[in-house]
Amino acid sequence: MQTFQLRRADNADAAIRGGSAAKTAQQGAEVRFLAGGTTLLDLMKLNVETPKQVIDISRLPLDKIESTSDGGLRIGATVRNADLAHDERVKRDYPVLSQALLAGASAQLRNMATTGGNLLQRTRCVYFRDTDMACNKRNPGSGCAAIDGFNRNLAILGVSDQCIATNPSDMNVALMALDATLHIKNAKGERAVPIADFFLLPGTTPDKETVLQPGDLITSVTLPAPAKGSRSLYLKLRDRASYEFALASAAVVMTVNGGKIDKVSFAMGGVGVRPWRDKSVEAKLIGQPAGRDTFRAASEAFLKDAKPQSGNAFKVELAKRCLIHTLDAAAKLA
Amino acid sequence: MNYVDKNIIGGSFNRIDGDKKVTGTATYTSDHNFPGLLYAVPVSSSVASGTITNLDISVAEKIPGVRLILRADNIGKLYRVSGEQPKIDEKRPPFADGEVRYYGQSVAAVIADTFEQATAAADAVKVSYDLKPHNVSEHLEPGDWKVESERGNIGEAFDEAPVRIDETYITPAETHNTIELHATVATHQNGAFTLYETSQAVVNHQQVAMAMLGEPKEHVRVISRFLGSGFGSKLWPWPHCFIAAAAARQLGKPVKLVLSRKMNFEAAGHRPLTQQHMQLGAAQDGKLLALSHDYLNHTSILDNYKEDCGEATPFLYSTANLRVRSGLARRNVGTPTSMRGPGAVPGLFALESAMDELAIKLHMDPVQLRLKNEPQVDESTGLPFSSRHMAECITTGAQKFGWDKRNPQIGSMTRDGKILGWGMAACTWIALRMPTEVSVELKADGTARAVCATQDIGTGTYTVIAQIVSAETGIALDKIDVVLGDTNLPPGPFSGGSTVTASVIPAILQAVREAKQATIALAAKTPNSPLQGRKPDDLVFSNGTVSAANSTTGMSGNGLSLPFNRVIEMAGSASVSGQGKSEGGFADPLKKKYSLHSFGAHFVEVSWQPELARLRVERVVTAIDGGTVINAKTATNQIEGAIVMGVGMALFEQTHYDPRNGAAINSNLADYVMATHADCPRMDVTFIKHPDTVFNEIGARSLGEIGLAGTAAAITNAIHHATGIRVRKLPATIEDLITA
Repeated sequence: MQTFQLRRADNADAAIRGGSAAKTAQQGAEVRFLAGGTTLLDLMKLNVETPKQVIDISRLPLDKIESTSDGGLRIGATVRNADLAHDERVKRDYPVLSQALLAGASAQLRNMATTGGNLLQRTRCVYFRDTDMACNKRNPGSGCAAIDGFNRNLAILGVSDQCIATNPSDMNVALMALDATLHIKNAKGERAVPIADFFLLPGTTPDKETVLQPGDLITSVTLPAPAKGSRSLYLKLRDRASYEFALASAAVVMTVNGGKIDKVSFAMGGVGVRPWRDKSVEAKLIGQPAGRDTFRAASEAFLKDAKPQSGNAFKVELAKRCLIHTLDAAAKLA
Repeated sequence: MNYVDKNIIGGSFNRIDGDKKVTGTATYTSDHNFPGLLYAVPVSSSVASGTITNLDISVAEKIPGVRLILRADNIGKLYRVSGEQPKIDEKRPPFADGEVRYYGQSVAAVIADTFEQATAAADAVKVSYDLKPHNVSEHLEPGDWKVESERGNIGEAFDEAPVRIDETYITPAETHNTIELHATVATHQNGAFTLYETSQAVVNHQQVAMAMLGEPKEHVRVISRFLGSGFGSKLWPWPHCFIAAAAARQLGKPVKLVLSRKMNFEAAGHRPLTQQHMQLGAAQDGKLLALSHDYLNHTSILDNYKEDCGEATPFLYSTANLRVRSGLARRNVGTPTSMRGPGAVPGLFALESAMDELAIKLHMDPVQLRLKNEPQVDESTGLPFSSRHMAECITTGAQKFGWDKRNPQIGSMTRDGKILGWGMAACTWIALRMPTEVSVELKADGTARAVCATQDIGTGTYTVIAQIVSAETGIALDKIDVVLGDTNLPPGPFSGGSTVTASVIPAILQAVREAKQATIALAAKTPNSPLQGRKPDDLVFSNGTVSAANSTTGMSGNGLSLPFNRVIEMAGSASVSGQGKSEGGFADPLKKKYSLHSFGAHFVEVSWQPELARLRVERVVTAIDGGTVINAKTATNQIEGAIVMGVGMALFEQTHYDPRNGAAINSNLADYVMATHADCPRMDVTFIKHPDTVFNEIGARSLGEIGLAGTAAAITNAIHHATGIRVRKLPATIEDLITA
């Protein structure tokens, strides 16, 4: 860990001013916001994150969960994962989000981790975390040790020849399926970014993971009102029963009418360089019978561009089974 | 003889040190702090093979708080341990030459005022290497074979056997991953070392430290009061112990060194990769005609660590023709070491998998195949077993499990929409006893104190010793103080090989009986004692009371009996004491007369959901023949813990070495997958309690490791029953099973 300066922000504007001094808000950022610290401190100890200044935002008044005027929900950026998962409105209207949060990490980590921090969770690729290894995400231009290395846990969708790192979050997968909107404040004002536009593909710049610029502070996440009669579900597949990142996971939000699919949105985790959603596959499901044949076809379409790596070809089949099962189980929910 | 209180021996007792552990007041090694304490952090090599050409400390030495950068030219004299005793697996002293033989080898160490300063400075040391080729390949080539056991004519018998199994089984490198990290706190004052160590063997550690530091016994004291488990990784010292000691010697200050989790993967031992070729030949009726077991394991470049996979093969089953051979393959990895059930655990994965494959080929129930080949004597030596009840374990386990309801057809059994698989395996583990000395004091305040240098690895040694004292004296458990883990105490054995309980029993009984006799003698001669003038032979000590032999015990006040503490008090003494000493060792003469082993059997149910490629171990029924059980609670805890470890071995655990640089690439608790609470099956443990009185008076044998032996095979045998997939390379992963 490198020596750094710790500051506590008294208000959001002070944090934003501090953040604006950095050259980048992506890998290599000289200024980092600290909320729960479950990712940042871990990576600082490994010398993967080396900020010169850390700004503690955990005391900013961003820890509320509030209903919005359109029947949706506003989740403050520093709301703890545990509080969000157990919120009555979340459990009632967005069970997929509660389930995804509870499928992630451990109780202790969920007590610390925040909504904004979870959105910015870094990959668990072992080569990203090891400064002795080549990694284009950590050290642009150094190469990708994962492509010819231990890549069982890594991505099969959205990969480039520069990076195959997986986005490890469960929460992000649910937020993707729920069409969440991120609210970002900076010195110029506030803007709303749909989550689908927030994460970048690695391409030739895997060090750039999101659209965040220096001084950008995520202040809240909003969810649209739940569709009438919709049901939602999260399923996570992994080696052991608990406390492990997903090999494949699926978040499904669905409305079924007379045995036919009225509305559906879904995203997958553990398989993509970002939480993966494909609206073209969803569109084809509308009006189709809510049965396994439909879902099998959807899973084939969803994975058709999968590029398995040397150690994770099984993920293509695993992801299909995960998606079929979750769509089917969601359709059968009362 | 007034022994044994049946309510205490075999009862279910909480650990007497449990309160300390759950309240955080048990002092573990790294909890030791002293005024002026400094922190050491090793610098680890980032290559697997090469010569160090330069060690640039120019940046590191300027970091505030740095006191010393320890390296080859300033570590001071460290001597090499010669020969096989005392035990140390990685024999080369730290920084002894400029050669790197494995990724993560310590090449220097920083000592600073704080852990953070030392860590930052260690990161800032720049090491240059002249790289050499390295090899961490998982494919092991047979080198020179060493015959471990042989009888009959294996080649001919196998070739002529009507039914044959000829397969290779692989178990991966595993890392112990004790929750308590390896640590040393070293002090050096007036020429003498006190070393607080995460050690499963303080006496051996002392001997190694004497040899390496070149010091006499009175200058080296080793202390290990509590351990956050060891699983074998803390049996023998590792290089970091002497980095800390050398730093303390040089700076004249106490030095604390705690290995990081990553370093625990690299430089503190692991269970090596094994590759085992099994050939089984049988008659149509299941009689084993031939059994060949050729095993290889990887070892490090400089040290010969043999994983004794064929340990159980020569005696587990009856067969006229058998051969067991071993071989080593050198790799650029840290030196392997014992891990819970070394040898037998990977060995029985191979043997018990092959037995299952043979049963299927014979269309025979795997239980019946094992019963069919139950030997009468140890056929490798011709010696009788001191006590062997494996068949009873198998039949009892089968009955408790409901094995008779098993449909052998693959995938034929279901429950709640899940496919069930039922599998079983036998298991065994050595029974060893080691020389032990114990001192017991009975005190005038009504308490007792038992002391021995042996340590409690966490299994309950403190409690077991207190129980035996209590059973023999009638003193309540909470009035018995047990002090362990200190070389200033009478020498005791290593906490390894499941030996401690059986080793301490004779010594503790002798010591406590000697103390009782001394109390009786005191009662007979102390003036004003109501028992004064009695012949000691006419007095008995039971239920905490000394009384005339023909009187009813406990009838105090009638002038014929006296509480033991009153006896001591009336004599004006603080205490009376007794010493006990037991025999044993690797060359125990008893081994020339008897084959000494524990036995058992596991029955496993797995569930398989192909639609999710999800496999879970649902329940395990285990029957263990380990002789008399001293503490039912801690004994059950040992077996259950081992079964959970077996789930990890079967399904999750594997250290991956990256072939490009030799690094253990998943060296953290997220990427090295172990069983969690949610993975624990329902467990039903039964002890077949036939006292092994050949082994010791109480008849207790070994329990700490046997629960892991055979478990992985029972699980993969169940997986085969559920899925039709035979897993011969552990762990069984989703990618293995998804094709089912």
